[in-house]
Amino acid sequence: MSPLLAVDNLSKLYGARVGCREVSFALWPGEVLAIAGESGSGKTTLLRCLSGHVPASSGKVHYTLRDGRSVALDEMSEAERRLLMRTDWGFVHQDARDGLRMGVSAGANVGERMMAVGERHYGRIRATATDWLKRVEIAEDRIDDSPWSYSGGMRQRLQIARNLVTSPRLVFMDEPTGGLDVSVQARLLDLIRGLVKRLDLAAIVVTHDLAVARLLSSRMMVMQQGQVIEEGLTDQILEDPQAPYTQLLVSSVLQV
Amino acid sequence: MNAPAYNFAYLNEQTKRMIRRAILKAIAIPGYQAPFASREMPMPYGWGTGGVQVTASVLTPEDTLKVIDQGADDTTNAVSIRKFFVKTAGVATTEKTEEASVIQTRHRIPETPLTEDQILVFQVPIPEPLRFLEPRETETRTMHALEEYGVMHVKLYEDIAQYGEIATTYAYPARVAERYVFDPSPIPKFDNPKLDGCPALQLFGAGREKRIYAVPPYTRVKSLDFEDHPFEVQRWDQSCALCGTRESFLDEIVMDDHGTRMFVCSDTDFCAKTRGER
Amino acid sequence: MSTVLKIENLSKSFLLHQQAGARIQVFEGLTAEVKAGEAVAVTGPSGRGKSSLLKLVYGVYRASAGSIRVLSDGAWTDVVTAPPRGVIGLRRDVIGYVTQFLRVIPRVPAEMVVAEPMIDRGIAPEQALARARMLLERLNIPKRLWHLSPMTFSGGEQQRVNIARGFAAHFPILLLDEPTASLDEDNRNRVLELVAGAREEGSAILAVFHDEQERRRACSRSIALG
Repeated sequence: MSPLLAVDNLSKLYGARVGCREVSFALWPGEVLAIAGESGSGKTTLLRCLSGHVPASSGKVHYTLRDGRSVALDEMSEAERRLLMRTDWGFVHQDARDGLRMGVSAGANVGERMMAVGERHYGRIRATATDWLKRVEIAEDRIDDSPWSYSGGMRQRLQIARNLVTSPRLVFMDEPTGGLDVSVQARLLDLIRGLVKRLDLAAIVVTHDLAVARLLSSRMMVMQQGQVIEEGLTDQILEDPQAPYTQLLVSSVLQV
Repeated sequence: MNAPAYNFAYLNEQTKRMIRRAILKAIAIPGYQAPFASREMPMPYGWGTGGVQVTASVLTPEDTLKVIDQGADDTTNAVSIRKFFVKTAGVATTEKTEEASVIQTRHRIPETPLTEDQILVFQVPIPEPLRFLEPRETETRTMHALEEYGVMHVKLYEDIAQYGEIATTYAYPARVAERYVFDPSPIPKFDNPKLDGCPALQLFGAGREKRIYAVPPYTRVKSLDFEDHPFEVQRWDQSCALCGTRESFLDEIVMDDHGTRMFVCSDTDFCAKTRGER
Repeated sequence: MSTVLKIENLSKSFLLHQQAGARIQVFEGLTAEVKAGEAVAVTGPSGRGKSSLLKLVYGVYRASAGSIRVLSDGAWTDVVTAPPRGVIGLRRDVIGYVTQFLRVIPRVPAEMVVAEPMIDRGIAPEQALARARMLLERLNIPKRLWHLSPMTFSGGEQQRVNIARGFAAHFPILLLDEPTASLDEDNRNRVLELVAGAREEGSAILAVFHDEQERRRACSRSIALG
């Protein structure tokens, strides 16, 4: 078996400013990796490089396709990369409005990826969309409603359904619970955790919230000033942090 | 009549050559929106500036021109454009479809079948079929380049979800030569089957958006649909109140304040021909 | 019986950057072995690293020096140097860890909490659930609670759910951190029966027991820290 995603010395520079620097790691099928760090630490930049949204300045990202072939992201054609992004990958934005098509109904949002890969049977699209809404705990009778009429938590769940409908193998999440009420966060996290486990998804979750990392991920990387300063098992990092910054981060969490 | 102040058909020769190059490109890549340097015309945008520039560039002194608007030869837009070319090109005009060599149209394709010797020029307000769901021009161009047309079905999906059927009745998107998805201009979907395999050359001009596209003769044009909701054209229970035909696209006309209505052919020339009045 | 856990020269210290770089030495140069079917007690005064040792073996703490080798699929794997994925694999297939404290995940029912480690190892869900229910019954968790999340359970009930989870998957190596603390006598006996049962099935056990009597009942020998 080979890693799903192999990252080798990835850097992103904005002129003299460092987005992220010399990041290397491997992500295996079914693994959930959390990237933690405060705002400006480079975690979102790293996520955007990994997911092909912005080109890296140097370094390589290799992805293993379903047929076992390994491809370098920067050597793929734009057509191949975009196909990958809407079939084998998912991207859950912090703000659901960035990840949803707000002008069309919830059902169309879920169905879009199916149509994008050539599904041309309305009944099947409708049935699958209905099924996915149920799986993310959205009532069936909301299928024709606009996402504008949804609450923040529902929109986020809709965004997840929209991403998972093509059975991707890798999902990128950028602060998936950011900006939601605490009670809504808990439900969402719980849902994501269940789906990731049941579907055997690999995921890279960017978060500044260590509780999110604890609940979702088995592995963690801590970033500061664009660099990975510590990595390991999630419970290891949280219970026995080594780097000064990680110790500060962990000790700053309020105990409830 | 031909005022010597104008070059033949209003546009200067360099401009016509530029537009002809865009037309040739459009014909070479069926359904592709070729950009062109649209000129200011002596009429407002929305009155057919794109179509007029295309017509001016393909017109020769020997041509016979027909201009229709919503199928009729006698509406304001059609009359103005016809007069414009009579004045600037001095070409012969006709209302009879089979006699015309160039037909400029807004919102209809004539009912009388076209021939290889004819050019049909459409006036197009918004050439981009993807615009409904994707406002960024850079993105829609990429989508065309990569044939990412799934989103077109999102629109049709929304129709069925809301109305139980594909409710789009005009400007119905279709795929040209199994490649580019295009907007056939706001013709009723009733006319979409006429686009398919048509012997005449069909040119589309969008003046404000500065795009020209084409469906060359005998090109496959397939209207988008779902397997379980196939493409269908409008049907009427009525026949034309004037000529009695059941084969043409009918306009509904309200006759009085009591809601009395009448259905008549939208194609006035076809109606007159069926009635034997010409 | 053969050795399945080898601890050699193990040291653990904490460097606290937030507290002026204070260094806390927990223990140094610890060497020990545990054989299959054997239960070894970790003893010593409070604060000498009994729980830390278990966490080191489970990979929650990182060793400062030394090795912790575990027999897995006929080969030795060092927990100290294994990559995260390796440790995750060991936790799935080899090492079980039971504490008094259940990490409750909302909305996952008690029987699923217990069955999960078995399902993760590829046991059919129905079979895993059957064994989970059997263990919950043995540990006196009322049947009406099985379908509920342990979120609202009492401390003792949560503890017993966690014990059931630890014993359900037949781990070759079991780490027990005060599994009987704060349980009543009947439930303590049930837990000690489970320990004896696991030994009979060949599990190697490394345990911290607060109560000396229980320790003697459950374990054959001990490692003294401090």
